[in-house]
Amino acid sequence: MTAISDREQLAYLAAQAADARVNVELESEGMTLNIGPQHPATHGTLRIVAKLDGEQVLSADPVMGYMHRGYEKLAEVRTYPQVTTLINRIDWVGSFANEVPFILAAEKLMDVEAPPRAQWIRTILFEMSRIANITLFLGDMGLQVGAVTPAFFAFRDREHVLNQIEAATGGRFHPNFDRIGGLKDDLPAGWITETRRVMKKMRSFCDEMEQLVQGNEIFEARTRGIGVIPADVGLSYGLSGANIRASGVDWDVRRDNPCGMVHNELDWKVWTHPDGDSFARFWVRLQEVRESTKMVDQMLDGLPSGPIMAKVPRIIKVPAGEAYVETENPLGVMGYYVVSKGDLTPFRVKIRSASFNNISIAPWLLKGVYVPDIVTILGSLYFILGDIDR
Amino acid sequence: MMSASLLLAELSYWQQTSIRVGAGLAAVLLVAGTLVYLHLFKLVSFMQSRLGPMEAGPFGSLQLLAEVGKFLQKEDIFPRKADRFVFAAAPFVVLMSTFLLVVVVPGGPDAWFVDSELGIYLAMAVSSVSVIGILMAGWGSASKYSLLGGLRATGQLIAYELPLILAVLGVVIQAETMNMQGIVMAQAEGEIFGFGGIGNPYLLTQFVAFGVFLIAMQAELTQTPFDMPIAESELVTGYMTEYSGMRFLLFFIGEFATAGVFSAIAAVLFLGGWYIPGIDPADNLMNILGPLVMVGKIVVLTFLIFWFRFTFPRFREDQLQRLAWKFLIPIALTNIVVTGILKVAF
Amino acid sequence: MSRLSSTDTPTEGEVPNAEEPAAATDEARAGLLEALTGELGEALVGSHLDPGDDLWVRVERGAWVHTGEFLKTGLGFQYFSFLSAIDWLPSPFGRDMDAQVDLRLGHAESSEIDQTIEQGVAGGDTRFQVFARVNDIVNGLAVTLKCDVPDDDLSIDSWVPVYAGANWHERECREMYGIDFVGHPGLRNIYLPAEFEGNPLRKDYPLLARRMKPWPGIVDVEKMPGEDDADEATEEGSDS
Repeated sequence: MTAISDREQLAYLAAQAADARVNVELESEGMTLNIGPQHPATHGTLRIVAKLDGEQVLSADPVMGYMHRGYEKLAEVRTYPQVTTLINRIDWVGSFANEVPFILAAEKLMDVEAPPRAQWIRTILFEMSRIANITLFLGDMGLQVGAVTPAFFAFRDREHVLNQIEAATGGRFHPNFDRIGGLKDDLPAGWITETRRVMKKMRSFCDEMEQLVQGNEIFEARTRGIGVIPADVGLSYGLSGANIRASGVDWDVRRDNPCGMVHNELDWKVWTHPDGDSFARFWVRLQEVRESTKMVDQMLDGLPSGPIMAKVPRIIKVPAGEAYVETENPLGVMGYYVVSKGDLTPFRVKIRSASFNNISIAPWLLKGVYVPDIVTILGSLYFILGDIDR
Repeated sequence: MMSASLLLAELSYWQQTSIRVGAGLAAVLLVAGTLVYLHLFKLVSFMQSRLGPMEAGPFGSLQLLAEVGKFLQKEDIFPRKADRFVFAAAPFVVLMSTFLLVVVVPGGPDAWFVDSELGIYLAMAVSSVSVIGILMAGWGSASKYSLLGGLRATGQLIAYELPLILAVLGVVIQAETMNMQGIVMAQAEGEIFGFGGIGNPYLLTQFVAFGVFLIAMQAELTQTPFDMPIAESELVTGYMTEYSGMRFLLFFIGEFATAGVFSAIAAVLFLGGWYIPGIDPADNLMNILGPLVMVGKIVVLTFLIFWFRFTFPRFREDQLQRLAWKFLIPIALTNIVVTGILKVAF
Repeated sequence: MSRLSSTDTPTEGEVPNAEEPAAATDEARAGLLEALTGELGEALVGSHLDPGDDLWVRVERGAWVHTGEFLKTGLGFQYFSFLSAIDWLPSPFGRDMDAQVDLRLGHAESSEIDQTIEQGVAGGDTRFQVFARVNDIVNGLAVTLKCDVPDDDLSIDSWVPVYAGANWHERECREMYGIDFVGHPGLRNIYLPAEFEGNPLRKDYPLLARRMKPWPGIVDVEKMPGEDDADEATEEGSDS
């Protein structure tokens, strides 16, 4: 380094120092805003520590764990059938879908397969819990951007689906209905007709939401271009479900890696949206509900008869081995990595829940947005806190 | 609004004052209560496919009294670091602005509180007082949510004051008076292309101003789509976050009473006020019918407010400012120019 | 039926060659394994291929980040699924965890517990293993990577520079198992309070609820559909 450049550098440093002094005098101190753990926007007990400069977010750091229940540890001391009781509570608005991948993983290790009728009913209930779950999102998304009424519509119409789930399984929220090798019971009489009626109702609910929320100019203004996730960033953060499909990634485990369910025998379409913003995520989910109602209708038409339980031993011992099964749950890809040592209880259960990955992009995504957009973005990422904290 | 000026001439000052205060309270509180029951409890429940309160009184009509009783029983909580005086005074400032607003609204040929030549000017001026109350609430609560809400409210209310006033100006130009009573009479005596059967409600000529006024009013009342200052999904309830019990009740009453009073002003400016076509405006009967007509028009206008409120999502505040400065104000200004030209031409 | 099938490569020793019997039925995964073997060479210390289903690969600790980079940029495994760890130590609290003991009621507990560590698929040498899963969503392939972490130096390089999504998974893994991730941008607790002591998912971390109220045994055996009440009293299910 020559002397001249030294002097230049000194001058540069001095100018910078002067700038910094002025900035210190002019700059106001940032404000730390704790959003949560108890806050109307976080549906659950997520806390976001946001550093603000005025209304702009400098950094946002989600803090979890207020509802961590340690299911991975608890699952190690429960027999395989008992574990479903726990994992029902992971994503509590689409509970049945939580049970399926675990049961499938256990079935894979045991080398049993559910009879066709059980697989079909399983898929029906799986899709119905998706409808119930995403219906809540559709209403909630309106609530996040300030429209109260869609939430009431969503709760009203979700009840029809929950009633059907309850009629079939006995539980509105926590069915605990899936068994290794099949299902607990067959469908009750009259269920199929009633479900067809409910599916029709849900389709008209989708139309309603399309007009009331999606078609609203203010909603578009609030969500278009907000929280844009490029596909490669989404992939490296492990986003899944509608969040990644809204970024234009055509990936759906139901179609690409079906396991133990009958999605591939149905006529349906995976919806994607190229924009990757909050609006796209809403749009994709809305289409998904429609698609699911169509799937349920098809499955009700083609429901095979037969037993609903394979021959499995009364006391279930799972042979030693490791298996990972993932399914396309309402919130995204949910998987269970089950390690068995040939016991009554799993040796290790790693729960790969969708929301944990989906929300891990939040610090990246929330940088530089405005405070009102925090709730829009978090709402559009759609997480259930139980699915983050497990 | 029953304080007829003929009657007042024979009463001493304190008697007049107490009648005025009583009438003012009735005008604000009864109307606010009606709006809460009709719109917040029942209309919204109907929109959201639920019943609303059904237990207290027939169809839950006494629910509001029960709510008031509940709020009055609650503990008066101050946040530890609150600026106690500012915190305590804020709801009263907001409510005061509402009561001052109602002063200039006429309810009949003789049913008014103050017959000011600058009526609408006074109304626009005192409506800004509520901004101070809201800022006080936001600052005094010593809560970040409240502060953000208070600041947002201030920015918003100041921005929307302009289109509101500019919209009023069109009416003032056409009526050639700022006196509220005069504006009503100008509409009552007006003619539509020579047809004087229903007067000339300025809704017909000043529809642009009416639209601007309605939007700006929605924003002044901080109702959705302009409820950024409250924004319950992000700021909890904005400047009201730390309030509970009686003081929250004051805010609550203030919100609905102000909606009622602003609707009354809009009714006077654009819908012909208390005038009923076919009845002589000077008839003493109008002192009874006029206030009822006003309440009817208030209910219709507040219906619009609450219909919007429970249908739309909310604007972000940059979008909200953009709407005011880039859209409403130019439109209102154009309206003034066009009104002025037409006024001179005809 | 065991998934510890013959395709398992030896735990240590020579580099495994591409699987012979399985490769015939699952070319995609075999090809993937071959590519990994070619890139990593000696660092790939174990693998297991389930034809038509899944692939496990165990790599040396030093090659952990390189494996991720190669998978992401070289092989198109852009999708990060999860990262966690596993503690292969059999639980010292046998009665909590090992229901086998319960089936033989009245027997002594801890003395019977076999404390030998036996690793699962794709083998292993250490008590702790970090494992992660990445997907190639274009071709519908996925691979589970495993890596041994020795007890005396519980640390491994962070995957955050490769897969941004590994951030929270590594934080969770650190607090649950005490494994340090070198190069992680902010290795704080994610679920547990900052002052929490211990690593809950380790097998030797007691689950106090079970210590206080012991394993009740199998009390809720459900009848199979169609099964009659006659054979309700089976000898192994009754606990009374």
